[in-house]
Amino acid sequence: MDEQLRTKFILNIVFLLAVALLIYWGQHNLNNFEIRILNLAAIFAILGVSLNLVLGFTGMFSLGHAGFMCVGAYTTAILTMSPGSKAIIYFMEPIHPVLANIQWPLLPAILLGGITAAVFGFVIGFPALRLRDDYLAIATLGFSEIIRIIVTNTITITNGALGLKNIPSIKSLWIYWLAAILTILVIKRILNSSWGYAFRAIRDNEIAAEAMGINIFKHKLLSFTIGAFFAGLAGALMAHLITSVDPTMFRFLFTFQILLIVVLGGMGSISGSVVAALIVTIGMEVLRIVEQPMDLFGVVEIPGLPGMRMVIFSILLLLVILFYRQGLMGTREFNWDWLLNKLDRLKDRMRGEAA
Amino acid sequence: MSMDILLQNIANSITLGSLYALIAIGYTMVYGIIRLINFAHADLLMVAAYIAFYGILIFTLPWWVAFLIAIALTALLGISIEKVAYKPLRSSPRITVLISAIGVSFLLENLGIVAIGARPKPFPRPEELVWNIHLGDISFLSLTIIIPIVTFILLAAIIFLVKKTKIGIAMRAVSKDVETAGLMAVDANRVISTTFAVGSSLAAIGGILWSMQYPQVDPLMGVFPGLKCFIAAVLGGIGSIPGAMLGGFVLGFLEIMLVAFFPHISGYRDAFAFVILILILLFRPGGILGENVVEKV
Amino acid sequence: MIKLRRGKYVLLMVLLLTVSLIAIGCGGSEKDEPAETGQAEVIKIGVYEPLTGTNAAGGQMTVEGIELANQLYPEVLGQKVELVIVDNKSEKQEAANAVERLIGQENVNLIIGSYGSSLSMSGGPIAMDNGIPVIGCSPTNPAVTLDNDYYFRVCFIDPFQGTVMSNYAVNTLGAKTAAIVQDVQQDYSVGLASYFEKAFVASNGEGSIVEKVNYNTGDKDFSAQLTAIKAANPDVIFAPGNFLECGILVAKARELGITVPILGGDTWEAEEFLNQVKDYQDIYFSTHFTAEEPVTPVSTVFLDEYAKAYPDKPANAFGALGFDTYILALDAIERAGSAEPEAIKNALAATEGFEGATGIITLDANGDATKTAVIKKVDGGQFVYESKVDPQ
Repeated sequence: MDEQLRTKFILNIVFLLAVALLIYWGQHNLNNFEIRILNLAAIFAILGVSLNLVLGFTGMFSLGHAGFMCVGAYTTAILTMSPGSKAIIYFMEPIHPVLANIQWPLLPAILLGGITAAVFGFVIGFPALRLRDDYLAIATLGFSEIIRIIVTNTITITNGALGLKNIPSIKSLWIYWLAAILTILVIKRILNSSWGYAFRAIRDNEIAAEAMGINIFKHKLLSFTIGAFFAGLAGALMAHLITSVDPTMFRFLFTFQILLIVVLGGMGSISGSVVAALIVTIGMEVLRIVEQPMDLFGVVEIPGLPGMRMVIFSILLLLVILFYRQGLMGTREFNWDWLLNKLDRLKDRMRGEAA
Repeated sequence: MSMDILLQNIANSITLGSLYALIAIGYTMVYGIIRLINFAHADLLMVAAYIAFYGILIFTLPWWVAFLIAIALTALLGISIEKVAYKPLRSSPRITVLISAIGVSFLLENLGIVAIGARPKPFPRPEELVWNIHLGDISFLSLTIIIPIVTFILLAAIIFLVKKTKIGIAMRAVSKDVETAGLMAVDANRVISTTFAVGSSLAAIGGILWSMQYPQVDPLMGVFPGLKCFIAAVLGGIGSIPGAMLGGFVLGFLEIMLVAFFPHISGYRDAFAFVILILILLFRPGGILGENVVEKV
Repeated sequence: MIKLRRGKYVLLMVLLLTVSLIAIGCGGSEKDEPAETGQAEVIKIGVYEPLTGTNAAGGQMTVEGIELANQLYPEVLGQKVELVIVDNKSEKQEAANAVERLIGQENVNLIIGSYGSSLSMSGGPIAMDNGIPVIGCSPTNPAVTLDNDYYFRVCFIDPFQGTVMSNYAVNTLGAKTAAIVQDVQQDYSVGLASYFEKAFVASNGEGSIVEKVNYNTGDKDFSAQLTAIKAANPDVIFAPGNFLECGILVAKARELGITVPILGGDTWEAEEFLNQVKDYQDIYFSTHFTAEEPVTPVSTVFLDEYAKAYPDKPANAFGALGFDTYILALDAIERAGSAEPEAIKNALAATEGFEGATGIITLDANGDATKTAVIKKVDGGQFVYESKVDPQ
């Protein structure tokens, strides 16, 4: 047993090294476009994993992720823009004097983006988590829209509809994927702790969980706040990836895209969400082909159909939910035990065939 | 605020409120029977509006024929959506059905964008139905009178349907307990289909009236009325048909008066609607007229 | 036993690594191929415009103009010009992806786009980092070209447009008071409203803006806002916003019995807007181009060709701006004598007195066009030329 744990530990290190090698390779061999798509995929992976924590592991249907992203993105944007840029960008109404001269380094600003979102999550969760299922969904959706509308209207802080630009740019694959890997590790850690078991107990049967002495509200709020933190973090990273933000980015339709990732990957599977994030983000770009005009053997010309990509994804979402509800991974995880089991079984079968 | 302006605002509230009410009734009926926020309800508005639009402009049908066809086709679509996307999930967790509903709504919107294009089209207003009325300084469209009348007639018809007819009694039975209703020889599938047909027809009528009042149709036109009318349904007490009616009028009235009395914060109008929703959910989850029961396990 | 297993682990790891490396390697080399051959034979111009989403109408009109120009002038420096058109879905992150794709994947020499200033702002920094010049057709927010040497545009900007409309209201319509109704979610709308307000207050003094109300993108019911304006009884109403909401808004104002002139900005020049308001009068807006008063010989060319290509559509400003952007791009490439992005950028920066369909274009230090604004009105169910305002 001890031996096996050690081998697994070594394997984990090897795996992380391999990932690091891949990132290194990617950083030096991929073009900017491919790097940008992979960075976006990392952000979506963080979003998917964090929504999965709330929806897949704790069983709370929250549709508020876009609002938390909005908080994170604006926090880091206002903290990291140079005072010079702020003076130019806030040309309608000047920025609030307290914020005008602040300029933080990137890392603390991004972290504070996550923390501010977590505070919002805590404050919103406090009343909202008394609700369940569809009521919770619609209430969190409402809160997310309220956040966005407030951001639109508080012009001296957020510059309103004009949005912010000249946000310092981060391009490196390292930063985004490091953030994604850390998110995954932290959430895995949480899920394997007593909190994680409490979350799953609440998801499976709230009443039974309560009877076991689990403080339902505390754990729900905990899960929701952690989810909000990572959503804010992802929002902050998004701000540095695109280098400009405005409130219309964070409409509730955005949350549906994250939901798509969670459902495709499997509600209750971290690795599923990561794989689905990669598939959806890369798929969005690959599927551009279906929107271009097509020439069939020079005989028939099919005109381009803008919007076709989203049709494909909505059909995919429906197919998965109707016929293959567990998604890509179900509640399984990609880990060594699972892989070794598969391998062993394969070997047994081969041996059986040989005999 | 002068008397004229106040009366004008009341006229505005009645128009908006009765539209909200009409659409909210459809929401509440579906919710009452299968406990599902039918996100696709909002998109049925759009589908009905487009069918009516094409009926009048491309097939040059008389407006009332086009409207009837639109209502019938939308009802059919509503039934099919239930059969395809909700029925197989009847014993699954509510979250799953809700995701399915979001998926249907997403699909209808995006299909709309691909099939008819994202650019909005002007909706024709039949001259027999829409004209301007001036009373002193107050002006409004004939729709301000027509819409509430239609809403009240439909409300009466539906209350009659639910209270007095056999299918209505079956509906109430299914809404209380699907399994027990089944034991009492109620064909739950037929009842649910009927509910969807009625609910979707209401969405269609709502969509057509909405498009006459705000004469522009586009594939995403249902999203916002959908959310607002859901709020109205919750406000009145979801599951309660008179409640939906009341909720619609109250929400319309509050929204108009917010802008009328505080024009400088008119940008917060949608936030205001959501705040009402959240307050109701938290402090009176049964709504104004609904029954305030603790959820069963 | 354990030893055996460990061997398997290592094997597994190596296998995993090689497979993933090969997979990515293949992907990479495949994509490099067309890029190298591409640059030698054709000049690629990337176009990123909103073809779906809230800004779809504007994007589509612009692309029509660009494609028309491309059919007319398919070659420059003896090389074929290839258009690569991508949709940015009216979303910021999609706009950023689109620009990065055009540069990294399609290896374009120059980019055109985008309708919608916030979309342009999300594409702009990427183009600048990669040293690829961009010409905007109609983003009018001043922030688009700020701090970006690689972003140019063929349209005028909001401060100019807002002032033009204010002056028109004061001098021609004789307005002493005005009310503003703006879309708080659109940078375009709040920007224009604020410049109009500044200019109007400068002419008529404090308190001359008697009411200012807001709405949100996607709203359909404006009755309460308009009733508030009716109560304030202004001489004119300024309603800068997208044609989508404004079509309904303006029609509603007339239904409510508000008869004063209503003014707006360049987005109003769309079929969708006209369809809503064709029965009404006294609706004025600023735009970039007019068919009645062709300003340059190029205008006539554009009008003739547009009528041939789209017989059932009236020519519009966004098509004309798209047309101009393309021919300005070709002109810059010719002046640069090469399709090298840096050379094109320098040639663009030096643009002076360029004859486009929408007027004489001179680009200032920011890369913004200083040019004539046209004022049109709705009359007899059509957009009719009203007057012209030259830049000072």
